[in-house]
Amino acid sequence: MNVIETSGLGKQYGSTWALHECTLAIPAGHVAALIGPNGAGKTTLLNLAVGLAEPTAGAVTVLGGKPAGSPAALDGIAFVAQDTPLYKNLSAADMLHLTRNLNRRFDQRYAEDRLAELGIPLNRKAGKLSGGQQAQLALTVALARRPRLLVLDEPVAMLDPVARHDFMATVLATAADDGMSVVLSSHVLAELERVADYLILLSRGRVQVAGELDDLLASHRMLTGPAAEASQFADRPVVHVRRGAAQAHLLVRATADDPVPPGWEAHPVGLEELTLAYLREPGAGALPGPARSRNTQPSEVTR
Amino acid sequence: MTALTMPARPKRDAGLRPVPWRRMAWVTWRQHRAALGGVGAFLGAFAVYLWLTGLQMHHAEAAYCHPAGSLGCGINFTGRYGETAIIISIALQAVPALIGAFIGAPVLARELETGTFRYAWTQGIGRLRWTVGKLVPLAVAVTAAAGAFTVLFAWYNQPWAAAGYVTPFSARVFDLLGVAFAAWTLAAFAIGVLAGMLIRRAVPAIAATLAVYAGLAFAAGLWLREHYITPLVTHSTNLPGSAWIMSYWYTKGGRLVSRSAISQELQGDHHASVTHVGPNTVQTVLDPVRYLTQHGYTNWTSYQPASRFWPFQWIEGGWLLALSVLLVATTVWLVRRRAA
Repeated sequence: MNVIETSGLGKQYGSTWALHECTLAIPAGHVAALIGPNGAGKTTLLNLAVGLAEPTAGAVTVLGGKPAGSPAALDGIAFVAQDTPLYKNLSAADMLHLTRNLNRRFDQRYAEDRLAELGIPLNRKAGKLSGGQQAQLALTVALARRPRLLVLDEPVAMLDPVARHDFMATVLATAADDGMSVVLSSHVLAELERVADYLILLSRGRVQVAGELDDLLASHRMLTGPAAEASQFADRPVVHVRRGAAQAHLLVRATADDPVPPGWEAHPVGLEELTLAYLREPGAGALPGPARSRNTQPSEVTR
Repeated sequence: MTALTMPARPKRDAGLRPVPWRRMAWVTWRQHRAALGGVGAFLGAFAVYLWLTGLQMHHAEAAYCHPAGSLGCGINFTGRYGETAIIISIALQAVPALIGAFIGAPVLARELETGTFRYAWTQGIGRLRWTVGKLVPLAVAVTAAAGAFTVLFAWYNQPWAAAGYVTPFSARVFDLLGVAFAAWTLAAFAIGVLAGMLIRRAVPAIAATLAVYAGLAFAAGLWLREHYITPLVTHSTNLPGSAWIMSYWYTKGGRLVSRSAISQELQGDHHASVTHVGPNTVQTVLDPVRYLTQHGYTNWTSYQPASRFWPFQWIEGGWLLALSVLLVATTVWLVRRRAA
């Protein structure tokens, strides 16, 4: 089952396309990170997936084919928007009560236990909580709905490192315990390496890279060697070249089994290196399949 | 990996029961109880004040105003309470506008302004139920409160109507009586919610609501109301004081006589001069209407008889109700299609 699936999805605001020709499928059971520079269309894609926005072109379905925004889709998806909006004049207890009344399922005991654990007083107004506590309250309210998919838009952007860590730890623990899928957007790359196991790189309103993180990392290598010899790799799938005075660093599509030319060293790459390389080369792409059409198998990077 | 599962047609999940309405009622109450309480307290205080002055006024009218128009009535009833009654009726004109501005306008504007709509519209209940579950109970509550207040005001106004000081069509009281006050309150609420949805910010939406409401209320009072039913026309010069006079004109020999011709006729005879009336000459001047009738002119008056008070109330209530339903339906439609 795919938790989010789009085909030719586009969203136009005025004369600009915030998202264009976006076709992707995020399989269930992952913590998927949606990465991209500001204005790449991350929020737009998430808004379309949770039914807050209507597509201008194409289609988006969630939770195995349910139309985004339909009752069944809303029932199974919990969304925490950017800046975690809460009713500032309501107490934490009221926020729980409110959410319980707005949904078919709500795990009151879980929510109360978690707030107690976090030291968030139930009678404190949401507006009087710290930024980290507000984010935790918004997350608790979302998780207590027992969603099959949790969608988070820049959840940790406003948080300090400790609050950021606590927040992501909660998300990961719940995902592991309940089998909940997670899709989150972020531009804090360092944070994602620990949490995400699926990566979607969005650039200028289009999907540039998509796939399981392990597959993506295994299929890329950083080659380091003499700068003068960098051009000999013209026939290889080089994503990005970074030249120094003497040495050149090439991010190439290659596995650990591929031969390394003499005089060159191959290193495994991390999420941050990989992402930055692709972000600097908007023309390059690593999508499931060389020229993926709508009927090809998704999420297979190397084949 | 699973294959792409893009269905040709979205299939409905059978057996997914929607979130019950009564739960939404709790949400609406919890989120708007402060505003509703504020309006309740304001109307309550106003009602107590009306009740207390109304009691004194009723006693004064009963004690001094039989017959009406006596000197004692003038001093102890009209003189003492007349000004207050006018101020009260003018102040009450603003009540629907205030309810529309402070209850109606923020309902959606606040959500859109603070971003909480991203929370509210992604809950399992869905936007449509959320919107209807908020707007309908709030609309019913403010309309009912206004309706209850009308009953009190009608009692307060009764001595003035009985003594003939206030006619039922008077612009000062017509929209505070009958069904009009409740209907105007409902319309103000509907204007407020739509303004909030369109403007998306609470304070400008409040200002817009007040402006639009004032414009509509003035337009209705000045131009619209008199056309609800075709006025009656009579040549009798003896209309009851409760009738609402639209216009009058003169004919002579079946032909319409212009205003200037009339004033020439009146000026031509120095006895009937109405243009040089001073404080001391009032009693010596002839009644111009009687003078003209005696000289072969016929005086025509178009008017709305007081018996049409209730038909007029229902017409005004009817179009305001229709307008309110239209505005609220538009708001709901906008919420459904609004792109985040």
